[in-house]
Amino acid sequence: MESYLLEYLPIVILIAIAVALGAAFILAAWVLAPRSPDPEKVSAYECGFNAFDDARMKFDVRFYLVAILFIIFDLEVAFLFPWAVTLDETGVFGFWSMMVFLGVLTVGFIYEWKKGALEWE
Amino acid sequence: MAITAVAFYTLATITIVSAFLVIAARNPVHSVLFLILTFFTTAGLFVLMGAEFLAMLLVVVYVGAVAVLFLFVVMMLDIDFAELKRGFLSYLPLGGLIGVILVAQFLLVGSAWVSPENAARSPAEFGEGGTAEALGRILYTEYVLVFQLSGMVLFTAMIGAIVLTLRQREGVKRQNVATQVGRRRTEAVVLKDVKPGEGI
Amino acid sequence: MVGYDFVPFVEWGTGVEWTLMKVGQILAIVVMLLLTLAYILLFDRKVWAAVQMRKGPNVVGPFGTLQSFADFFKFVLKEIVIPAGANKTVFLLAPLLTFTLAFAAWAVVPIAPGWVISDLNVGILYLFAISSLGVYGIIMGGWASNSKYPFLGSLRSAAQMVSYEVSIGLVIITVLLVVGSMNLGAIVDAQSGGLHTWHAFKFLNVTEPATVAVGVVLFVMFVVFFVSALAETNRPPFDLPEAESELVAGYQVEYSSTPYLLFMIGEYLNIVLMCALITLLFLGGWHLPWGAVNDPWLGFLVFYVKLWLVFFVFAMVKAIVPRFRYDQLMRIGWKIFLPTSLVAVVLVAAYVVFGRGAA
Repeated sequence: MESYLLEYLPIVILIAIAVALGAAFILAAWVLAPRSPDPEKVSAYECGFNAFDDARMKFDVRFYLVAILFIIFDLEVAFLFPWAVTLDETGVFGFWSMMVFLGVLTVGFIYEWKKGALEWE
Repeated sequence: MAITAVAFYTLATITIVSAFLVIAARNPVHSVLFLILTFFTTAGLFVLMGAEFLAMLLVVVYVGAVAVLFLFVVMMLDIDFAELKRGFLSYLPLGGLIGVILVAQFLLVGSAWVSPENAARSPAEFGEGGTAEALGRILYTEYVLVFQLSGMVLFTAMIGAIVLTLRQREGVKRQNVATQVGRRRTEAVVLKDVKPGEGI
Repeated sequence: MVGYDFVPFVEWGTGVEWTLMKVGQILAIVVMLLLTLAYILLFDRKVWAAVQMRKGPNVVGPFGTLQSFADFFKFVLKEIVIPAGANKTVFLLAPLLTFTLAFAAWAVVPIAPGWVISDLNVGILYLFAISSLGVYGIIMGGWASNSKYPFLGSLRSAAQMVSYEVSIGLVIITVLLVVGSMNLGAIVDAQSGGLHTWHAFKFLNVTEPATVAVGVVLFVMFVVFFVSALAETNRPPFDLPEAESELVAGYQVEYSSTPYLLFMIGEYLNIVLMCALITLLFLGGWHLPWGAVNDPWLGFLVFYVKLWLVFFVFAMVKAIVPRFRYDQLMRIGWKIFLPTSLVAVVLVAAYVVFGRGAA
């Protein structure tokens, strides 16, 4: 337990240092730099005219589809990680077990390809 | 004083507080951000328990993928949340009932829970490679059926996502790379001798 | 030790010395990274300028060597403009998050034999996890600005980064298959036997036909990883999130002063991280082409030189290759890289199970 958890302490320290450094940068500009906001300066950037409406709008459902497909493939990769490092122990059975798993997902992949879910227009 | 104890209580407190803020925050985007913080501290708790592989997976899958989708939905979908919250109180009896049942179930499970002798061991006991390799040694051989089932679940999710979200739009021009690259000069260009004043 | 209880693994007193030493090492690495960054930025601009027959920054310091430091002071002395419609907390949190994550990833990167902040068993998975979080800074920044260009930029960027993340994951799997460990030090040490044992150049090992075959597959994976790394870090030719001609500067439009600086440091740090990762996974890490290196200082030098060489290729690609169109970008990610790397995983696995035993 000791040596294992000791490896994580430096990560916490590193993150703390990075946060402190980043916050220091922002604070430095906050303290050192002039601040004189005026309505034109703090308005959202558009090409020379005032913004018509709220910038947060609906967008193509395709972006959600990409996100969902990403989750599925990410899970697939997550399953591959422990498999990859133990393949020399699990051997032929482990190999075919994963091939069936990948085969099923490949069928899904072909389906989405044929359906045109990967097209971007 | 042990640092592990300090770390455990700090992480646990943040987990509970941020989990509460997920449902308490007024701005839905803040809710999702608190949810992400909850995932993070939970991953930290996993690390403290010795399950480093699970901790990393929690970050990769939940924070890196699932929460991105959540964030997409709440940030970009233009839902009027004031509208949604209007009938909030009328759901209270039903919601409260479900809550009570859930708590009762947790209590039942919690009171009957017996921690197995070999649970939550240190990763050192798993030998070289730690929990990831220990998991890999059994998941693809002993638990092959469960593993294949999870593949089926993913497959269903994939099909479901496409059926639900894919809409074919009419009249959209697509690039067909094979046709584009496979074009020959003879089919693409015609040489015409145009006489002055006549046109083609 | 059966059952879990709170074992005091560092008593205050005895652990203080060790902790201070670690803090010193971490600070040294942070300073090293920031200095590297200062010169990599300059180098990037110089290469870009040289390709276009310009001189590049040459005023501040001899040959412009102090340019990055001058830029830094200029950033610090500029006003932080927060747009009126912005969500202030998220607006400032986004660059801080990008910056922190970029540093956090370096915790597990070994920069020389034995020189690593945290030698995790699951090092490569940790890197994968951290890099999958990079998308948050961009989405948050784009959303919090409440402005059209940042919003569109962050949307594009998010979809782009997640698309290429899958192929990066699969490429990492192929390397893990060959090595059989998730520890980055172990991955490097698997390539200690000279050029023909480096994963990118395994096909040079002509004595074993099976190794040559898998070497070719790994070389293809090396190329896929390189291109995916470009896309993942929003480098040209995949810099659509900040395509100047369409989106001005993408998600960074509303940022100024040090918040912008944090974004930029985070972005370049991720690029350097990708260079380091390419070096570690495919180009033998700190080992020389003709043999293993065990001396930390020499190892660091070798690693550092390789890192700069990989970055040189990054810079050249930026200078030479024109920008992709968005549909082309998504097509390459999903229709070419994903199937290719999936097939490669199967091939390399078959080699590990069937080929290695026979050879």
